[in-house]
Amino acid sequence: MLNVAVVRFPGSNCDFDTLRAAETVGANAYVVWHGDTDLRQADAVILPGGFSYGDYLRSGAIARFSPVMQAVQRHAADGGAVLGICNGFQILCEAHLLPGVLMRNAGLHFVSKPVDVTVERTDTPFTGDYAVGQRLRLPVAHGDGRFLAAADTLRMLEAEGRVVLRYVADTEGSPYQPNPNGSAAHIAGIRNAGGNVVGIMPHPERAADPVLGLADGRGFFTSMAAGKPQPSTAKVLSR
Amino acid sequence: MTYRVHVRVMPRTGLLDPQGQAVEHALSALGFAEAGAVRIGRAIQLDLAATSRSDAEARARQMCDKLLANPVTEDYLLEVEES
Repeated sequence: MLNVAVVRFPGSNCDFDTLRAAETVGANAYVVWHGDTDLRQADAVILPGGFSYGDYLRSGAIARFSPVMQAVQRHAADGGAVLGICNGFQILCEAHLLPGVLMRNAGLHFVSKPVDVTVERTDTPFTGDYAVGQRLRLPVAHGDGRFLAAADTLRMLEAEGRVVLRYVADTEGSPYQPNPNGSAAHIAGIRNAGGNVVGIMPHPERAADPVLGLADGRGFFTSMAAGKPQPSTAKVLSR
Repeated sequence: MTYRVHVRVMPRTGLLDPQGQAVEHALSALGFAEAGAVRIGRAIQLDLAATSRSDAEARARQMCDKLLANPVTEDYLLEVEES
């Protein structure tokens, strides 16, 4: 059975939803406290959303120094699957497991609504059950979601095909505005060079069951449970 | 010797600073139309023990590089004084 560690920081608030979503695909999901250093043979680690350490200094900046993050760093270095959702994405950036930074939304408002995104990579442990180009409707809920990186880093992310999710630039057929935060190149999620570490701003755990009104996020968890990333078509989608 | 360190962290020039823009609009609405280029940063003050001013500054610089500022988007200014 797949062991899934959901890391709980002081201020995490999507940990229960994430546990539940992992359990519904048959995983042995459990909470690991931020002060722990043992991930208990985790196959996958999820850093859930929330406001770790009150977002003091910068979102994710303090959580990065939690004892558990050393274990997460080792897990990632060994090729283990890591998914950061929202605040978890911010923590992965601050921990330098992913490049770039998530800045205050361009419109300054906290944005909480469904958005449409396109899946661009299926060769990650969390997106193998989707198809390249598949459009998903997922909730976002963040104040600091504007992804930004140095120009050469952005070029590298595009050249290496490391954008996993992108806000749909074309609003046709969608009642929702594209790009809720002004992120560079409409980026909603990226992966590391090895493909095993993924950070996304949308919340798949809030859209993982039909009873929630949206179920497009369930694929992140079924992909994880399948345990085998599927090969992507090499072509990077044009926007 | 104890030194007091003042750190000023500012969003890097050229980056969108929506908070600064919002405050600039508010100033304009209050009749301060002459105000422009408003940018919002953060001030941090701390005391540290060090053997010399240059040692204190070197340590403070490490703190900024590792935690207090994000090198991707922020620049910082340091001032060190004996306290």
